[in-house]
Amino acid sequence: MPVLRDASGVIADSWIRVDHAGEIADGMKVILPWSEDFAPPAGLPSFMLGLHLPNDIETAKVAPHLARLGLISVDFPSFADGRGFSLGRRLRNLGFRGRLRACGPVIADQFAYLLACGYDEVETPESLDRRQPQPQWERALRAISRGYQPGYAGGRSVMQLRHQYGMEP
Amino acid sequence: MYHYDDFDAQLVRERVAQFRDQVARRLDGSLTEEEFKPLRLMNGLYLQLHAYMLRVAIPYGTLNSRQMRQLAMISERWDRGYGHFTTRQNIQFNWPRLADVPDMLDALAEVEMHAIQSSGNCIRNVTSDPFAGVAADEIEDPRITAELLRQWSTLHPEFTFLGRKFKIAVSAARQDRAAIRVHDIGLEVRRDAAGNPGYRVLVGGGQGRTPMIAKELRAFLPRADLLAYLEAVLRVYNLMGRRDNKFKARIKILVHELGIERFGEMVESEFEALDRSEEVPVAAEFARIARHFAPPDYPPAEDEPEALDRALAAHSDFADWVARNGFAHREPGYLAVTVSLKPIGGAPGDVTAEQMRVLAEAAERFSLGELRVTHEQNIVLPHVRKSDLFALWHLLRGHGLDTANRGLITDIIACPGLDYCALATARSIPVAQAISERFADPARQREIGSLSIKISGCINACGHHHVGAIGILGLDRAGVESYQITLGGDPANEASLGERTGPGFPFEQVPEVVEQIVDTYLALRMPGEGFLQTYRRVGMTPFREALYAGAA
Ligand code: SF4
Repeated sequence: MPVLRDASGVIADSWIRVDHAGEIADGMKVILPWSEDFAPPAGLPSFMLGLHLPNDIETAKVAPHLARLGLISVDFPSFADGRGFSLGRRLRNLGFRGRLRACGPVIADQFAYLLACGYDEVETPESLDRRQPQPQWERALRAISRGYQPGYAGGRSVMQLRHQYGMEP
Repeated sequence: MYHYDDFDAQLVRERVAQFRDQVARRLDGSLTEEEFKPLRLMNGLYLQLHAYMLRVAIPYGTLNSRQMRQLAMISERWDRGYGHFTTRQNIQFNWPRLADVPDMLDALAEVEMHAIQSSGNCIRNVTSDPFAGVAADEIEDPRITAELLRQWSTLHPEFTFLGRKFKIAVSAARQDRAAIRVHDIGLEVRRDAAGNPGYRVLVGGGQGRTPMIAKELRAFLPRADLLAYLEAVLRVYNLMGRRDNKFKARIKILVHELGIERFGEMVESEFEALDRSEEVPVAAEFARIARHFAPPDYPPAEDEPEALDRALAAHSDFADWVARNGFAHREPGYLAVTVSLKPIGGAPGDVTAEQMRVLAEAAERFSLGELRVTHEQNIVLPHVRKSDLFALWHLLRGHGLDTANRGLITDIIACPGLDYCALATARSIPVAQAISERFADPARQREIGSLSIKISGCINACGHHHVGAIGILGLDRAGVESYQITLGGDPANEASLGERTGPGFPFEQVPEVVEQIVDTYLALRMPGEGFLQTYRRVGMTPFREALYAGAA
């Protein structure tokens, strides 16, 4: 089973991945795969609807649906393919407020970057977890206390802290 | 120069501890070699032909005496007592052991240095003008912008797993000494009509196997928008750049395939849409950094000291050295001096630990403690009092650091090539050595005048051969080294890529080929004309005829 975690630790996955809307049963929180003709299934409230996106998606295509989605899962085909970092940022920039999940063999050393780019949680394959168990993810999160980049650290970036008093009106 | 505040120091310390942990996790199997590779690369650690190589970042090429001494110490304690200055204004140690690298990084952190992002598919060490703060034609010190970008790009959460490496260069002078037109992004400090500071932004230049001259993305970008705008450029590149082929993954290919107009539209719309609510006032951070680059308190100096005149008159080799290696300083009574790391027959850019200490001492006694590394693989002592020149020359001379050849035919740029590099297809350093010996005679060199030879040991072009007046590229033709020659390359304001003469030449023949090119030039040049001017006037034909006449 894949492992799901967020900043608080390993968490249970309340979402179920289905291949198409026909598989949705009552009371299920589902993650549908992206398709060109995707439309949010009628009657499904946004907090029960998730969407899995490839990392080369044209964001303009998914933008109209963002308000109807409770979760977006972004595919990371390999840890070295960093498109998902920018895609996460762009989705947040477009106003997506739901849960953002990175899905794929990303490594513990990328955890902090993912959170900084707007992700809430990470779903990794089980095989990876045997090599990189939870303590490594916690350590990775604490490794660097503060990055420089404004806008990626919830107001606590080095550049912001240096000037926080200067910024007050 | 810039000094770390507590934030900077903490981040570098934490990065070393993190890397120590990553090395341990590689050794215990938590990280596979595939996973570890980008992590070590992002810390400057390569696996080379014979051993690991650690590339230490020297941001925009500026360092002080204390840092240079520490580099000497590191080279002796954990390496083989020498280092190699690179065309990216960095230094490389060629023989470290993996287990020692965290300690080496700790030693670097002690003197406010690191190896962060000196390689890997991320934003690399930002480079700039080695005569920053010295040159009379400069609008402001380009290192202020370069330092701002060093910080902004360090461990950037979004841009650390790019499709390929990403290089930014900054110039703030009329004369481009930072080769900004052959970088992924080139920034030229400008002022608008009202005098507000900003940048001309160039994009998509580069060398490698598909060399390109950068195109203009913005004629004027206000300073306040700099970080946000770069974020937009990098985001478009990260999302749209090709990932299917490593050799087509640089931003220059994306810009080329989309066209600069389309690429520009995408950047502008990304930029417009950015959430900038958390932005810092760039002006405030710029001003903070600028204080670190305030001009030093120059001790008073005579502009035309009598003792200097006497020494110049009495020692012709000293006079040659001053004339050749000196660079006008805007402070009266001072001169910037290039210390050539290209002795006749030497390996370009190599320095021993002892020489590093001499350079540190020279900077301390004669250059207000400061040194610069140039992309020509030399060292600059930026602030030398004219009255100290003779004493400085004596000190350098005792250690083989007095070669008077800045910009001359023996001031050759060469990548490590087959002597060290795992990607090399041919030797590069021995070619430089052979040419250097061929043209050893100083009078001959002066007669030829400024002429840049640049040598790469494979098509990746780390030796910048595309922008050498004479470029030499070593290839492997059925197991035999073959050297392709290009003419007319220029990295500066009139940037141009060299043109191939024709079929390549075997290793032994290269010095002779260079000689023929030089002779052709000397026969054709008009009074006062440099090599590039002559070449642009007469074209390739006479050179081709000279080189291949017997072959037909
Ligand atoms: S040009 Fe090629 S041989 Fe030379 S350092 Fe670069 S990769 Fe190595």
